[in-house]
Formats: sequence, structure tokens, C-alpha cells
Amino acid sequence: MSSKSPEKQGLPPLIELSNLVKSYGQGDAEVRALGGVNLRINAGEFVAVIGASGSGKSTCMNVIGCLDRPTSGSFRFLGVEVTALDNNALALLRRHYLGFVFQGFNLLSRTSALENVELPLVYRRIPAKERRRRALLALQQVGLEDRVQHMPSELSGGQQQRVAIARAIVSEPSLLLADEPTGNLDSARKGEIVRLLGDFSRTRGITVVIVTHESDVARWARRIIQFEDGLVSRDEPNTPTES
Amino acid sequence: MWLATLLMALRALRRNVLRSALTTLGIVIGVASVIAMVTLGQSATASVRKSISSLGTNMLIIMPGSDRRGPVSSSATAFKMDDLHALRQELGESTSLAPTTNKSILFVYGNNNYSTTVQGSSNDFFRVRNYKVSRGREFSDTELSGGTPVCVLGETVRRKVFGAQDPLGAVARAGKLACTVIGLLEAKGQSSFGMDQDDLVIMPLAAVQRRLVGNSDINAIYLTVERESALNRTKLQVQALLRERRHIQPGQNDDFAVQDTREIANALGSVTGVLTALLGAVAGVSLLVGGIGIMNIMLVSVTERTREIGTRLAIGALANEVLLQFLVEAVLLCVLGGAIGIGLGLLGSWAAARVLTMPFAVDYTVVFIAFVFSGVIGILFGYVPARRAARLNPIEALRHE
Repeated sequence: MSSKSPEKQGLPPLIELSNLVKSYGQGDAEVRALGGVNLRINAGEFVAVIGASGSGKSTCMNVIGCLDRPTSGSFRFLGVEVTALDNNALALLRRHYLGFVFQGFNLLSRTSALENVELPLVYRRIPAKERRRRALLALQQVGLEDRVQHMPSELSGGQQQRVAIARAIVSEPSLLLADEPTGNLDSARKGEIVRLLGDFSRTRGITVVIVTHESDVARWARRIIQFEDGLVSRDEPNTPTES
Repeated sequence: MWLATLLMALRALRRNVLRSALTTLGIVIGVASVIAMVTLGQSATASVRKSISSLGTNMLIIMPGSDRRGPVSSSATAFKMDDLHALRQELGESTSLAPTTNKSILFVYGNNNYSTTVQGSSNDFFRVRNYKVSRGREFSDTELSGGTPVCVLGETVRRKVFGAQDPLGAVARAGKLACTVIGLLEAKGQSSFGMDQDDLVIMPLAAVQRRLVGNSDINAIYLTVERESALNRTKLQVQALLRERRHIQPGQNDDFAVQDTREIANALGSVTGVLTALLGAVAGVSLLVGGIGIMNIMLVSVTERTREIGTRLAIGALANEVLLQFLVEAVLLCVLGGAIGIGLGLLGSWAAARVLTMPFAVDYTVVFIAFVFSGVIGILFGYVPARRAARLNPIEALRHE
């Protein structure tokens, strides 16, 4: 892994936050969700972001996910200053470089697994045939090749989350953001999902960032970042442990 | 992208077929009623024109009374036989003139009676009004001049009063007057706006004037010219002559009316035209209501699909693409509803036209306009919900329960 460090190849880090501030409200009512975060995540890392609710981890992830803009500070994605971009540019950034996995799966109801996975490719204007091929491949990679025509309501929670992961990786993103991906799953499925994400990070070189409040999920990651009161309070490498 | 958006919209509509169907029902009904109303209105106009021209061709109707389009005013002086002779002299032999006096009577034979109208006229009446004597004969000169009580029956009167019996030669009673049936008219059928053209009894003018009405008035003069081109000139001649004979000063209005059938057709056509426009407008309101229904459901749909919208935005959909998606859904709903509505409207008006025995006249411009209009309604009423969808904050949308 570390032999392919982008810094050695002269590439900028995938994510570089410096003195990132996000505040809500104004004047006396101003609340600082992020109080000047400095963070650097390189390509290919498998990171778990932990912290209590209200610690600022979700706010930070929204900024990294190009869904929200910081109040001040700098966010460079692959060396490009993102804070200066408009909404459309952010959407295009998400379209081409990001994949999302959500706690609630967020699959389109009454839409087959295959069509759900095809969705990001539709927005990327991939022709229908190629779209189908890639979506089938992605579903195969999450082990759901025999469920492609199933509706989300016909799938278990773990299967739905795997469809969501297939949807996130089908467009081959640089960064996969998973926001509490195991929050709605029982413990048996949790390991399965996190291991799947770890596999994609290792084999495909996709940077995976998991936001979680569960320590047993975080321990699968290779790096753990802890948030506290709007700041990074701990940031250290981790050796994944089998349970 | 357009095709993909269209497919996406179709898929979204298919996800909830019942709701889509119910939503578009407003548009279906709106468009169907617009099409049906306008088509029926135009069928009515066409049938009025047709039935007017079936009264007779190249015909002028001269009636006392100043109101050209209203009913005959009773206060106006009726025409006399002298007027007829003067007109005949002025216009020459190529014009047929049929003076008429009519009266509502009860026509009685045996145990049967039937309330009808007796028309007193000359043999010219048959020519001018396109009636043919199918059995028996027309009036003889002595019958006409002497006012002999003989009559020619319309088909309806014959059927109602005589049934299976042979009426020729029978002596029936027209009001208080006993009269001999000498002829039967060929059935002319019902005129399409409800007038039964076979519901009449024809007698010599003198017989009606002297024995039924009791004066020598002529209520109306029917006149036909040989060529249509002569119609306007004849009309002017008639007007000039009658003004002179009735001592109307220059600048004063006529106290009689000379109508030609085209004019009546136009007058009635404009009435039905106004009716058509009114009905169309009422139906248009229902189309508007349908549009509001679309907007309502689309707003509900946007709220309900907030998470879906959040997901799409997170995946990389541009705000404009979300806007387009919901707009296309609304337009698709309306256009589908419009297409179904056009089908139903045409079918309905075709059926109605058949029942009312009117010609079925489809105005394709109206069909086209209704179709385009339903699409426009989709854009108008779909825009607000679509904009709401596009303006959603992805973070909040994703968190929406």
C-alpha cells in the first residue's frame, strides 16, 4: 500500500483541509461546528472517522463530500481549491470523483437493484449498453449477481447496503464516503459491509472514508480520526483486527 | 440526456401507476370536455347550416316586422295579395313566389287528431320549399282561386292521423273546416335542429285566409331565383319595391325583413359559435383545475421523494437536471392525459353526434391546440414543484425522513 504513496509520485494529497471553519448562525447565536480543522488524506487510504454526535465529524464529511461549503479555510481536492466552486461544479465533482454510501441505504424504491446501480452512470451520460455491463459487474463484485432484478423491498438490509455500495463504486470514484454505513444493520452484517469497503480500498485503490460512532466498525480501518468539539482530537494509524 | 430523462420520468410514473392515472384524470377530463364541447358545437353549427340550406336554395324569405333576426312582430302590417302581384311584375317569370299564411290547427280524422300547422299557399310553395307530392296531386287553378278546402298532407300528419288507412279522398277536419285530402308529400325528414319538416298540412292560400284565419293577410312570402348570383340583386329589388309600397321614408328603417337562407345560416351559426366558445371556455376551466391537480400531486411527490432527490444530488445530478426530471414528469403526465382525453372527447362527441343525428365535424386545429395546451399546462403547473425539488439542499434532503 504505502509503496504507492502519491506524495512520492509528486501528486497532491486527495484531500487537504487547512484551518477549515464551519459555523452556523450569526453574532451571539453563532455556533462553530468546525473550529479550524487541519487534515490530509491520501489516495488509497481506508479511514474511519469517529466521534460523538455533535463532534463535527458529519459536518466535516459534508464538506469533504462537496455537499456543503465551509465558512472559511481551505479544502483542496486533488490540489484543486473546492471552496471557490459553484454548485454545478460541486455536483460535477461529486458525479465524477465521489461515491456515497448512506446509513439509510437511500435506494430508489420500486426500482430494481440494477437500475439503482446504473443511476450514477446515467448522469455520467454512459450509453445504456455499457451502463448495464458496468452495473452488472459492480453487483457481481458485491456478491449480488443473482439479485439484479430485485426491488429494494425484496432485499434484506445487508443486501440493500451492498446494492448501495455497488452504486457507489460503479462510477469508479476516487473517494468513497460512507456515512454510518452499518447503522441500520445487525452485528453480523456490519463486519460484512465494512470488510467489503476495505476490499475495495485495497484492491481498487479507492480512498474509503467511513464515518461511524461504533468502535468495532472503526477497528477495520487502517487509520482512525477522532473528532471532538469541532476539531481533530486523535489521528493515528490502525492495524485492522479480525473479530 | 433527453431520452434518458424521458425514460427516467416514465419509470417514475410507472412506480406509482394508480396515482399517476388519478393525477392525470383531471387533464383527461379537461381535454376530453374541451374537445367534446368544441366538436359538438361545431357539429351543431354545421348541422344548422345544412338544415337551413335544406329549406330551399337561392331562397329569400320576406316577412313583415323590422327585427331581421327575431320573430315576426305582430304589430307590423302583413302583406296583401297586391304586394305579391307587384313583386311578380317587378321580378318577372324567372322567380318563383310563394305567399303563405299559416295557422296552428288540430287535424282530425275519425278518432285520431293531431296538432299541426296549416300552410296556405300556392303550387309554387312545393317548388320553392323543395316539397314533392308523392301521391295524389297538387292544387288545381279553380281550387286555388276559389279557396276550395282541399289539402296535401305531410308524412308526419298522414302517419299520425291515418296510420294504415289510405288518406287520399278522405274528408278530414282542419280545425273547424272540413277538407278533402288530395295529395301526400314525400317525406323530407327531420331537420337536424329538431324541426320536423313533414309536420304540416298545405291548403290553398284563399282557403286558409277566408275559412280559417278570416282575413286576407299574407304572413310570409318565399321567393326563389334561378341563379344564386341573382340573389343579392333580387333582394335589393324586393326591398326597394316594398319600401315604396309601404311608404317608408328614406332614412327610416324597413318594417319588413328580407332574409336569405345564407344570412339565417350565418346568424344561427354565430349563435352556435358563441355557445361553442362558452362551452369550450367552461371546459377550459376544468382543464385548469386538472392542471392544479397535477401541481398538487407533484408537490406531494417532491416532498415524498425528498430523499430520492437528495440521493440524486449526492450522486452528481445537477440542480437543472432534477428540475428537468420533475418538469418532464409533469409534462408527460399532462400530455398522456391530453392524448387520452382527445381520444375520449372525440369518441364521446362522435357518439353524441350520432345520437343527435348531427354531422360529426372534427376540427383538427382544436385537437392540436388542446394537445399543445395540455403540455403547456404541464410546464406551467409542473414548474413550481420542479423548482422546489431542484432547490433542495442535498444534506437536508438526504436526512429527510
